Amino acid sequence: MQTNFTDTQLADPATRRSNEILRSCVHCGFCTATCPTYKVLGDELDSPRGRIYLIKDMLENNKVPDERTVMHIDRCLSCLSCMTTCPSGVNYMHLIDHAREYIEKTYKRRWEERALRWLLAKILPHPGRFRLALIGARLARPFRKFLPDARLRAMLEMAPDHIPPASENDRPQSFSAIGARRKRVALLIGCAQRALNTDINDATIRLLRRHGCEVVIPKGMGCCGALTHHMGKVEESHTMAAANVRAIVHELDGEGLDAVVINTSGCGTTVKDYAHLLRNHAIADDASRVAALAKDVTEIMANLGLNDPFHAEPLRVAYHAACSLQHGQQIRSAPKELLRAAGFEVVEPRDSHICCGSAGTYNLMQPAISSELRIRKVATIEATRPQVISAGNIGCMMQIGSATEIPLVHTVELLDWATGGPKPRSIANSVAVKMRELPACRC
Amino acid sequence: MSTIAMPEPDAGVLARAPQIIAALEAALPAGTVISSPEETRAYECDALTAYRCPPLAVVLPRTTEEVATAMRVCHELRVPVVPRGAGTSLAGGALPTADSVVIGTMRLREILEVDTANRFIRVQTGVTNLAVSAELEVEGFFYAPDPSSQLACTIAGNIAMNSGGAHCLKYGVTTNNLMGVRIVMATGDIVELGGPLLGVSGLDLVGLICGSEGQLAIVTEATLRIVPKPEGARPVLIGFDSAETAGECVGRIIRSGLLPVAIEYMDDVCLRAVEAFVKAGYPNCAAVLIVEVEGSEAEIDHQIERIRLIAEELNPVEFRASRTAEESLAIWKGRKSAFGAMGRLGDYLCLDGTVPVSKLPHTLKRIGELSKAYGLEVANVFHAGDGNMHPLILFNANAPGELERAEEFGADILRLCVDAGGCLTGEHGVGIEKRDLMTKQYTADDLAIQMEIKSVFDPAWLLNPAKVFPLEVSQPHRDAAARCP
Repeated sequence: MQTNFTDTQLADPATRRSNEILRSCVHCGFCTATCPTYKVLGDELDSPRGRIYLIKDMLENNKVPDERTVMHIDRCLSCLSCMTTCPSGVNYMHLIDHAREYIEKTYKRRWEERALRWLLAKILPHPGRFRLALIGARLARPFRKFLPDARLRAMLEMAPDHIPPASENDRPQSFSAIGARRKRVALLIGCAQRALNTDINDATIRLLRRHGCEVVIPKGMGCCGALTHHMGKVEESHTMAAANVRAIVHELDGEGLDAVVINTSGCGTTVKDYAHLLRNHAIADDASRVAALAKDVTEIMANLGLNDPFHAEPLRVAYHAACSLQHGQQIRSAPKELLRAAGFEVVEPRDSHICCGSAGTYNLMQPAISSELRIRKVATIEATRPQVISAGNIGCMMQIGSATEIPLVHTVELLDWATGGPKPRSIANSVAVKMRELPACRC
Repeated sequence: MSTIAMPEPDAGVLARAPQIIAALEAALPAGTVISSPEETRAYECDALTAYRCPPLAVVLPRTTEEVATAMRVCHELRVPVVPRGAGTSLAGGALPTADSVVIGTMRLREILEVDTANRFIRVQTGVTNLAVSAELEVEGFFYAPDPSSQLACTIAGNIAMNSGGAHCLKYGVTTNNLMGVRIVMATGDIVELGGPLLGVSGLDLVGLICGSEGQLAIVTEATLRIVPKPEGARPVLIGFDSAETAGECVGRIIRSGLLPVAIEYMDDVCLRAVEAFVKAGYPNCAAVLIVEVEGSEAEIDHQIERIRLIAEELNPVEFRASRTAEESLAIWKGRKSAFGAMGRLGDYLCLDGTVPVSKLPHTLKRIGELSKAYGLEVANVFHAGDGNMHPLILFNANAPGELERAEEFGADILRLCVDAGGCLTGEHGVGIEKRDLMTKQYTADDLAIQMEIKSVFDPAWLLNPAKVFPLEVSQPHRDAAARCP
């Protein structure tokens, strides 16, 4: 597509990169077809092609964006379904990230909007604060109907009934491999996930150790930076990303690492993009080394090969493909193949390429669209009549779990169970898993 | 901008813009009308991005009745209307004018009726082409026309442009698969034409609507013929070291009496781009053909063997018959992604001319010569079985003058097609892209008849202005319409 940037504008590296991306777009419109917000809203302005146009107009003319432009860009989930679809290889992720950063710098949001975003940026990436906020939210939940803002109501509604205490396993330490050591890996312990669900990291550590990995929790790791990055808050996200890079490089240059394992695919997409994220930072080279080592837990397990499964019940599992895994990291078959190898029957819902509406803080900031996507996602999953739902991203688990009675687990919990770990808590507690009366499959 | 002229916008309409927008907003539900300049800009073009013009407003109705309301308001206020499907047209079919209101069908997404016993499906026309077949999947049926943009393009756009696709060699184009339509006239009246029966008596008005490029009405519902899926289908990939030999092979296959579902052609320039995206393991040669045959396993094997014998006489550099569903998908994915993947090589202008199959070798040779003369690279990717060519002319949109040169080259190719006994468009439609070449294809009388038919449907000449008919040819009709009360 033709662009109109001046040489002065192109001197800015971020604008130069966006110009390259815009030039590669041929405006064919394929991306509209797989965009969740376009499917819900039916307006091209709420599709990748429309947003690319809005961004192009904003950047080319050095515009302070208007309220409508910001609204359409804010409505993007960053699910990256468009990147899987795009035949021209347009890097929409880097373009929308640049647009968000530009908006954050040039556009003044209304005070309540700013306050909300400030609050989320200060709480979510910090597990201690987030845990306190969740407890507070649970206590405040009965009064939510008095709140004037749908986003605040959505936040209270999201608070789970069970908030686990902080896990000892998430402190900096090293877990030895069981049997001969095959790999030494660092585990990204995450931020929000640690406050919401400690079973996932526990199961990941058990699973990796059982498959010959020494698992290191490096000192000084925290949020990967994705949450603030998607709000356009560059300084915060770069600071967090840089802290992780330093913590990991410390291990890498010390005893060495074969991989950095991530079990929250939203974070995985960001860590794999550290080389780009920190390209103008003093530790750009280290960031590239860390990005090259980043692996989703299912990638590393596919590489290691699953031990003989002997332990789990052969449940019918609906696999929910998290967008950050299927689109952001292009990992589609590994989780399903591992689940099958673990003895489960794997089914997939229709329209599995469409986002569930969680998308980081999206379900808090855009409750109406998010809720519509959740309804559609849960309906397609339940139509496969699963006994359990498995996903590789805590955000999706919270989103889908809040709208179905079917137990929901992280993929690693099932793999851990199958190879000798405990039965996942949500399956053990569930009344929905009935072994004797397997419902008939409709698909 | 470049060589294809658009008429001056009606100053009277522009002056009344606030009243027009207010009238549309008053008549339609909230959230249906888009009018801020930042937002209308995203609707300033379709997939032919060389021509752009933001409309006065965009209307996105959810029902036929809302389309009718919008049309009525525009008609009463004498505002031109530009219908838009998914905006994937490569011919500029959905290009707005500054004094027009775009009416989009993208929110008309209901599947209304599936009847496999009587072999039809009834849909709202904002449904995408692929979604129609997806809906029929479990029933074992499909909708045959399959343009390369089938993932995104809508049935409304398919009907407007009489779209084809790879499988049209056997099953025909949209008009051969369209049974009935519900249309909204320029006045806002809703009319039903045809229906789910074969051999409707009287004039074929559905046939008139199909391919009319939004000149006559907006189609909001369509009854489509569906066909049972074959037991199986498999493509073969044949590589040649010259474009003309590949063209010759197409003629020999058709002449042998075989009727493959599709014969697709891709040349080396296209192969490079596609290989970078799909990695299907396409051979590195001057041209490949993808020939798909269908039927039972025995029938498929028999047909592939006959194709192999024909191809071997021409010394192919590679002959590869797909054995698995995955291999078939990989072979097709490259072809289906070809247009988008071309974006990797730079900007392109996509043409759509048709020549008799026997003239393919000659036409390919001449295109190669023209490419050298113009100093612009051209990629050929097209439905060879029915001679529907899609030369893609590569250029740099940011380099001054290159677009104009590419357009002149394109016009020469289309003239070449007509001279070879073919026509200007196989399936993309005329739009603005081929508008000024219509006089090459048609006589003045031919065009006069077509314009008189338009005047019957749209006496005020408000629908999809400045498309299809060359401006100087349509001037008298437009002047007469302007004088009409």
